[in-house]
Amino acid sequence: MIEGIWLLILLLGIGTFLIRFSFLGLIGDRTLPPLVLRLLRYTPVAVIPGMIAPLILWPAATGGAPDPARLSAALATLVAGLLTKNLLIAILAGVAVFYGMGLLG
Amino acid sequence: MATSTSNSAFWKGARHGIPFALVVGPFGLLFGVVATEAGLRLVETMSMTLLVVAGASQLTALQLLVEGAGIWMALAGALAVNLRMAMYSAALAPYLGRAPLWQRTLVSYLLFDQTYAMAVAQYETEPGMTVPARVAYFFGVAMLVMPIWVGGTIIGAAVGATIPDEWALDFALPITFLAVVAPMLRTLAHVAAAVTSVIVALLLHDLPPGVGLLLAAACAMVAGALVETLCERRRVAA
Repeated sequence: MIEGIWLLILLLGIGTFLIRFSFLGLIGDRTLPPLVLRLLRYTPVAVIPGMIAPLILWPAATGGAPDPARLSAALATLVAGLLTKNLLIAILAGVAVFYGMGLLG
Repeated sequence: MATSTSNSAFWKGARHGIPFALVVGPFGLLFGVVATEAGLRLVETMSMTLLVVAGASQLTALQLLVEGAGIWMALAGALAVNLRMAMYSAALAPYLGRAPLWQRTLVSYLLFDQTYAMAVAQYETEPGMTVPARVAYFFGVAMLVMPIWVGGTIIGAAVGATIPDEWALDFALPITFLAVVAPMLRTLAHVAAAVTSVIVALLLHDLPPGVGLLLAAACAMVAGALVETLCERRRVAA
């Protein structure tokens, strides 16, 4: 039981809907200023890398010590994702390297 | 006549949605597993999936919760991940702005990366589509993707509790996020934003959970927009 979880679920649901409804909900064909559009374009690549970098470099499972298996798996995922542009292949590459190195180690 | 074109647009959308369904299933599975590991009950996990319908932000919220960031920082981080959808909404408004309000409401609910990408691509290649046909196409894409996302989450939540710790599932989340982000790094500006995000987040890691991330994201968005502007100028000059 996590305290406040229902509040989080509800507010995240409402907030996300309002973001999606923002322009579709308005009557007419108003558009965002170009600078705002330009900034919004980068939100996923601005938030996600910063969130996962510490998880990859200093994983809680090893007490914060860098772990060769995790670093290699992350690199494999990144390279596979860049090359194939395919989410599934990238995940499989990371998982294969991670468990492969776990078996060897 | 109008119904038959809408019908065929719907089924065309459904066909175009098939490849995405293959990706969304495992992603939903993973969210279900991670949510269960984070301590959410089945009803909480499913409510989140049905109300939010945005996997990356749901995983962000869970990660920040597990780190002890608290409800409000988790909410801010997850909403920041979803800000890009304002751009999707703005991009679809010229095509769907004249559809009835209830349809635009439903479209908004189902507006995620895949439906947005498919819809805009289709509307651009076929400018003659009527507004009802465009709406039908959009729902066609969502019709397959949405149930598979929800079904994947249920299965993940059900099996999540039975997975032993030795499987080191803690690493499933960073791996999935990396796989989500890597294909997005299409331009120099995207790479600049990602690198800025990583550097600032690592430098500010000692701040309370979530705070450093929001500052890093703000810097990264500016970096991305700046590099895009510079690249454009160079192209114009050359």
